Amino acid sequence: MMPTKKNHIPLFHLTKRDPATLTWQYRLGVRIAAVVGGLLMAGLLMTILSGENILDVYASMVDGVFGTSHRVWTSLQSVAMLLCVSLAVTPAFKMKFWNIGAEGQVLVGGLACAACMMFLGSELPLPLLLVVMALASILASVIWAVIPAVFKAFWNTNETLFTLMMNYVATQLVAYFLKVYIKDGSGVMPVMKQYGLPVIGGNDYLLNVLITIALTVVLYIYLKYSKQGYEISVVGESENTARYIGINVKKVIIRTLAVSGIICGITGFLLVGATSHTISTTTVGGRGFTAILVSWLAKFNPLVMALTAFLVVFLETGAGQLNTDFGIPSEVSDIMTGIILLSIIGCEFFLQYRIAVRKNRKEEA
Amino acid sequence: MKKYLALLLSVLMLFSLAACGGADEEVKGMSESPLPAVKLVKDYEIKDDFKIGYICLHDEKSTYDKNFLDAANEVTTALGLKKEQVIIKTNIPEGKECYDAAVDLVDQGCDIVFANSFGHEDFMIQAAKKYPNVQFCHATGTKAHTEGLANYHNAFASIYEGRYLAGVAAGLKLNEMIKDGKITKEQAKMGYVGAFTYAEVVSGYTSFYLGAKSVCPSVTMEVQFTGSWYDAVEEQNAAEALIARKCVLISQHADSMGAPGACEAAGVPNVSYNGATYEDCPETFIVSSRINWAPYYNYIIKCWNTGEAIKADWCGGIAEGSVVLTGVNLDVAAEGTYDKLVELKDKLSKGELNVFDTANFTVGDKKLDSYVANVDDDANFAADTEVIANGIFEESKYRSAPYFDLRIDGITLLNEKF
Repeated sequence: MMPTKKNHIPLFHLTKRDPATLTWQYRLGVRIAAVVGGLLMAGLLMTILSGENILDVYASMVDGVFGTSHRVWTSLQSVAMLLCVSLAVTPAFKMKFWNIGAEGQVLVGGLACAACMMFLGSELPLPLLLVVMALASILASVIWAVIPAVFKAFWNTNETLFTLMMNYVATQLVAYFLKVYIKDGSGVMPVMKQYGLPVIGGNDYLLNVLITIALTVVLYIYLKYSKQGYEISVVGESENTARYIGINVKKVIIRTLAVSGIICGITGFLLVGATSHTISTTTVGGRGFTAILVSWLAKFNPLVMALTAFLVVFLETGAGQLNTDFGIPSEVSDIMTGIILLSIIGCEFFLQYRIAVRKNRKEEA
Repeated sequence: MKKYLALLLSVLMLFSLAACGGADEEVKGMSESPLPAVKLVKDYEIKDDFKIGYICLHDEKSTYDKNFLDAANEVTTALGLKKEQVIIKTNIPEGKECYDAAVDLVDQGCDIVFANSFGHEDFMIQAAKKYPNVQFCHATGTKAHTEGLANYHNAFASIYEGRYLAGVAAGLKLNEMIKDGKITKEQAKMGYVGAFTYAEVVSGYTSFYLGAKSVCPSVTMEVQFTGSWYDAVEEQNAAEALIARKCVLISQHADSMGAPGACEAAGVPNVSYNGATYEDCPETFIVSSRINWAPYYNYIIKCWNTGEAIKADWCGGIAEGSVVLTGVNLDVAAEGTYDKLVELKDKLSKGELNVFDTANFTVGDKKLDSYVANVDDDANFAADTEVIANGIFEESKYRSAPYFDLRIDGITLLNEKF
């Protein structure tokens, strides 16, 4: 008997979920499952590619991140610096201003800081010098962030391209000044630890971590409870609505990027003035781009960002340890990181859509 | 992202090279090395709890770092070190990360910590001050002789001798091209891709040029700087630009495959650095010089295990086995290159021949009798030490890292920006 042609029902189809129907436990569960699933998948791949025992791989990663007290502090420092940059890009992202120029914005801040250390270091008393360094960093970063904002606000230029290009300009600026400042031609600026921020609590990184925590809390409050934070959300949702209710959109765009710039400047100040005490073109080390991921993963919530920043640092530091322990090349570790992050981003899909599987045919017949 | 793109491109490039590599003529391949690496001999006992840690700027994908990693592995095998006695950390940037890596190695019980990049130096010094009982050794650095720390040391090699020999091979190739009527004497112009206008690079390209000039007196050279130690795209661009300016032979002091790749694509002979690029560039590779770090590693490990003090500055030469050449590519190099290099390396080794003999070069058309160089490399970058004696510019005598930074006649710097 020939089956009669009926309306074709696909094997499965997607339906949009009503966000209200999801409990927070469910959301959390899906996300934890994604992290665990990603870790398992990545571990499996690692085992296949490197031939190492999956448990040894994880043990090595945990050891690399937490193994000694110095490692714990180094990891905290890495989280803090990545978190700082992530905080910096967040206000703009909430406004749907795609600033991918944090790398350059932090770098020019660091450059201004390094220039102050180099030329004013022996001129000014240390407390005054530190104030000047911080202000110079912030000013430089604000200028770097506000330039594309002005162009966006007044001439509606594409901010993504604009900020991206400014990164290269910033990198070349650093290369240029290293050439001008460093007369021996080596392109390496000597470390000027004597002009750095003081070390508190006997630990190099404690101050950085504390400042970052304070920044995180302040930004959380700013975005969630301040009038300006509310304006950012409205402009992000709809510029027309914002205009209709009397928000000066141009002003909000420029002001928000200035806020981004301030945080970038503080980060540059911390990286140069409190951490390396020198600058190179790689001082920011790609954090400006990783920060985009960190901020997105946390759905622009500064508090959650501490967790996502930690996750990224854990994967990166752990991968470094895998290289040291097993000689696993950094590419394989990058694949692993990619799989885990992809599964985390992918799980958001399942929180927004329901997969409806076709019911048994016989039932329908 | 850039990393993956570069990887993909290089894989594609490899395939395309392999695809058009079909040669009609008989392939003679590589000769033995005229200046080979010496096999290490272990003549001392290594304590069971001895441990050494290495810090590298990149990983084995950079020819510069691969050279260090290969030496570390060679020493590990030759000395019979156990796996847990050696820790290698790669991809450590020239920032506070280097200090953190050094401290971590100390935490894991390393007795010697070695770092391989110039920008690591200040962070190694920080770590050395914090851990006086651990020995910190740093390649290419300049500050050990001024810092005066008992546990901080610099190392380098008289690689200018290796480059001089590589330059001789280049000069012989130019002579062959002149003899074959491919170029005139005046067209014997070489191109050189350098990283920065730093003494290490200046010393390198000058010795290369002097080597070529010793056999081909009409040779000139143009140098293009990239402003980066490792940038495959920029190095390729620089090599292509030099080829477009009618340079008939290219050499480089930079760490990627950019310049050798560009040469192979254009069919221009290339004198390489940091190891043979013969496999990827069989039709253009002539010879390559490199520093062999194994003798230095062996030296510091021996010092530690026998209770000797490590010298603040150590500059290995041909005699120590620190300067080596790859084999000569017989399909590209001029006839007699191998024999000539063997002859000259003995003269260099015995001190009968000096690379920076002031009789062989002029600056502003004048022979130099005296030159005060910046050896101490302090904050003012001021010149401080007389380095010419008995008609010889005494390179690497007052510190291990090179300080020859004269702009000699016959070499044109195309962009001084870096």
